[in-house]
Amino acid sequence: MAETSEGEAPKRIPFMQRLLDNPFLLLFLGVTVPTVLYLLWGVMELSQIPVAR
Amino acid sequence: MAAVATGASGLAALAARFRTCPITGLKIEAAAETLIKANAVAAVVFLAIGGALGLLVALTRWQAVHLLGPDTFYLVLTAHGINALLLWVIFFEVAVLYFASAVVLNCRLATPQLAWVAFLLMVLGSLTVNWAVLQGDSSVMFTSYVPMQASPLFYLGLILFAVGALIAVLIFFGTLVIAREEKTFEGSVPLVTFGAIAAAVIAVFTIASGAIILVPTFLWSLGYVRHIDSIMYKLVWWGMGHSSQQINVAAHVAVWYLIAAVVLGAKPISEKVGRIAFLFYLVFLPIAAAHHMLVEPGLSAEWKVFNTSYAMYLAVLGSMIHGMAVPGAIEAAQRARGYTNGVFEWLRKAPWDNPAFSGMFLSLVLFGFLGGISGVVLGAEQLNIMMHNTLYVPGHFHGTVVAGTTLAFMAVTYLVLPVIFRREVMFPKLARWQPWLFGIGVAGTSLFMLGAGTLGVSRRHWDITFADAPLGFEYPPTAFLMLGLNGIFAILAAVGGALYIVITGASVLFGARVGPEGPKTPITAAPAAAGVVGRYGSAGTLHLPGTYVLVAVFFVSFVLYYFVNWRYLSELWPMG
Amino acid sequence: MAVHPPESRVWWNEPIPKGELVWVTAAFLWGVVMFVMMIWWHLEGRQNLSTEVYRIDPEVFRARVEAFVAQHKVGEEGTTGIPIVRVPPGGDAYMLGRLWEWWPVLELEKGSTYRLHLSSLDWQHGFSLQPVNMNIQIHPGIEHVITITPTEAGVFSVVCNEFCGVGHHQMIGRIRVVEPGRKG
Repeated sequence: MAETSEGEAPKRIPFMQRLLDNPFLLLFLGVTVPTVLYLLWGVMELSQIPVAR
Repeated sequence: MAAVATGASGLAALAARFRTCPITGLKIEAAAETLIKANAVAAVVFLAIGGALGLLVALTRWQAVHLLGPDTFYLVLTAHGINALLLWVIFFEVAVLYFASAVVLNCRLATPQLAWVAFLLMVLGSLTVNWAVLQGDSSVMFTSYVPMQASPLFYLGLILFAVGALIAVLIFFGTLVIAREEKTFEGSVPLVTFGAIAAAVIAVFTIASGAIILVPTFLWSLGYVRHIDSIMYKLVWWGMGHSSQQINVAAHVAVWYLIAAVVLGAKPISEKVGRIAFLFYLVFLPIAAAHHMLVEPGLSAEWKVFNTSYAMYLAVLGSMIHGMAVPGAIEAAQRARGYTNGVFEWLRKAPWDNPAFSGMFLSLVLFGFLGGISGVVLGAEQLNIMMHNTLYVPGHFHGTVVAGTTLAFMAVTYLVLPVIFRREVMFPKLARWQPWLFGIGVAGTSLFMLGAGTLGVSRRHWDITFADAPLGFEYPPTAFLMLGLNGIFAILAAVGGALYIVITGASVLFGARVGPEGPKTPITAAPAAAGVVGRYGSAGTLHLPGTYVLVAVFFVSFVLYYFVNWRYLSELWPMG
Repeated sequence: MAVHPPESRVWWNEPIPKGELVWVTAAFLWGVVMFVMMIWWHLEGRQNLSTEVYRIDPEVFRARVEAFVAQHKVGEEGTTGIPIVRVPPGGDAYMLGRLWEWWPVLELEKGSTYRLHLSSLDWQHGFSLQPVNMNIQIHPGIEHVITITPTEAGVFSVVCNEFCGVGHHQMIGRIRVVEPGRKG
């Protein structure tokens, strides 16, 4: 939906500005990155704790 | 409330539901306004409860006073955490989100009826969790670590509250879509709204983590699930527990920009850099939930180092950017007014008798020096060995959540009263003192808890004299001095907090109405004389020596304190 | 103003003021230094948390601690009845946390290195060694093996610093460190 108003702008909007102007891309990034780096990576390590002999 | 909820929904009636704010020139929709009011009022009620309970905690830990018995102390401490750390800030943040979307973008709020549902769910959840704690069988602390079990109502209350908060966050995103489609603003969203987006994104991750862990724990408390693994619980729980406090950081930084803009007309010194800083927040702040997992078994050093450092301190970089951009914007605006003498005339002649400004600036300084620096030190993997679960931890987060977030929210209240409630701030002389009393009080509690924590004093501990324990231990006398000072400053903070409650409560109920000509006590500083400076945002026009001095002092303190702590660590017993 | 949209439509291409650029660079480099500091301490520092961790049934762990106590017990701590266990220098030491005690009391030699096995039998506890100020979290069902070298003789206390119910503030244990070759 961000694209419609940008189509009217005479100048080309740089990629990074387009990213920052799109709250749903930001939402995707902000949920995915911590889910992978913190939650999934953490759960993987905790589920691999060896059982004591 | 109900009258507004059933407001007209036809497009024809749209225009009639808006008014133009005489102070900010923004168009404000009636439904959005009422919802902001409701959430802000609920927030202040829970702050009053949480704050009063906090005073009882501090007076108990002041060993010479030792106010409460052990059962009551642990109950009160649990309730203090939930009310002050969760209910107060999240209710206020919902108000901030509605303000930053609907009001700042001159837009109507998406689905106000649903927003009332969200509000009622949050209120219901808040009452449920408080009721559960008051029963005395849920004194499990804010963290409620399994296998310690609370009553099912405790978890149910938190789940209801979280569902309500999630709906509110989705309404924020919906409002952004409406504003874009109805073209209520041109180009990119304002920086304040962008900061609110960061807060909302972090909120989604926070609530998702909460759902993953609280729903099974609720079922476990009912007996439907046999076992919850304590370390898994802790990992996922902190995805909620720590990230919920990161919502605060993004929200209160947005509030700093908001206050600087409304009071002084300050413009961001660089739109690009400010937004990148918020981008670092929304992507990397939540992974620092690892701060709570640094001395836990089972996680690798790689996981700890990477997550605790927000991926090489990118979120800290974000904070340091804001820490310069906010005073920089203020300095630029003040210099544009003609306060150009010396390095600090702009700061001396800042509107210090406006509590919105003084509260905001105190929040900025205290958050940086107390909360910020201590947080990075606490979050360094190995340094955490000296600090985990000591009073250093609450010392740190009273620097961030109380001196930072709560003080910033108090400050913005002095704008919300005339702008949204359309009431004059009552007792303006007292209001002038309020941020100072609260700020200095909280700075003291933060500082002395950091001190006691450095001496190894345990947090969440009823009696550090171990009077009725089979074995004894004596903490150094300085530790007791620190806890006494903490109690004294907590009283000061409580006086400041009570003043805030009285001033806002009285103003909302009895304050004189603000007419179309604006409030009698002006909240905006005199406008800049035209033509003093060129355009902001272009290199060359900016000359900010005062800000450079401030950030240099900060940087040097940060570096020195950081390495002092590594020096302490090197004296510990070798371990590996 | 920060409550208005950016003045120019394409703000991304605006130059960053020089002062801000210097600050951003300095702050970024400081972040790199702090990041490297943690890694460097893993290589060169002597205080790092062990990652030797096992899942263990609390009953199995209790049996191991009891066997360890039976083998090395040298006395009792005052009138408390808590056994004092003299750990062979360089050997394995066990300590368990439960509501609301640390058990047993350990006697270590200054300068010797021990493998300290920690776990909880019920809830989470916080192993807070004072006044050294060393704090480690203890979980039920997880055995954490930490290599530790006392560098000073004396009586040290283990305060529980994770809230564990109404008796939490009474939960305190003891580690005695004696000079090498001396009996405590």
